[in-house]
Amino acid sequence: MQFGILVNEGPYNHQASDSAYLFARTAIEKGHKVPRIFFYHDGVNNSTRMGEPPQDDRNVTTRWSKLAEEHGIDLVVCVAAALRRGIKDELLAPGFRISGLGQLVEMGIQYDRLVTFGD
Amino acid sequence: MSDMDEMEDGSGVVKKFMFLNRKAPHGTVYALEGLEVVLITAAFDQDVSLVFTDDGIYQLMKGIDTKGIEVKDFSKTYRALEGYDIEKLYVDRSSMEARGLTEDDLIVDVSVLSDDEMKNLMDEQDVVISF
Repeated sequence: MQFGILVNEGPYNHQASDSAYLFARTAIEKGHKVPRIFFYHDGVNNSTRMGEPPQDDRNVTTRWSKLAEEHGIDLVVCVAAALRRGIKDELLAPGFRISGLGQLVEMGIQYDRLVTFGD
Repeated sequence: MSDMDEMEDGSGVVKKFMFLNRKAPHGTVYALEGLEVVLITAAFDQDVSLVFTDDGIYQLMKGIDTKGIEVKDFSKTYRALEGYDIEKLYVDRSSMEARGLTEDDLIVDVSVLSDDEMKNLMDEQDVVISF
């Protein structure tokens, strides 16, 4: 099955992006496909490489980049939500790209399931 | 064009998208940014339904004035939805009544649904996105 994932919350202050990551990783382990993950609302804050969490904590952004590299996942950050929050191309971690909401709608049209993480 | 080509760029495929608006219009950005997704989905010629439930009912309330909190009043967009061919607007009856509101308090025409009717409508959808 092909899963699209929508992440609507930023890292660290909310469980949503952790849950989305664990869901994506588990789905892939079980043989499903996760071709694209879309970051919206404060979810765009998952994409910046400027974060420096304490060393004894997980690095949410690095974890996304690694998952994307290993499994060829397209990590898409909404342009309007990103610009509103000061996220620009030069700040993106590896594997992320900025694009439009059309990429989210396409996930709904093309994939078997679209799963939302956030309040 | 083969079916596969159509799937790849999304053209020609029409799915039923339901957007659940569950949050008050201001105080968080969910309602405003949610509306952006609704408009883009309509631009992709998809079958769009909007549901207002829980505090999402307040998004449609008459007399919104955001001057005091210095944020954008985007409620005019709900009145313009017909121009985007978005005509399926639904309100959850129990959420509306729990807030002491009636259809007369709302800025647009909606269909008011019971819990069972809402459940059936949701069952028919291909994609449900909640904001």
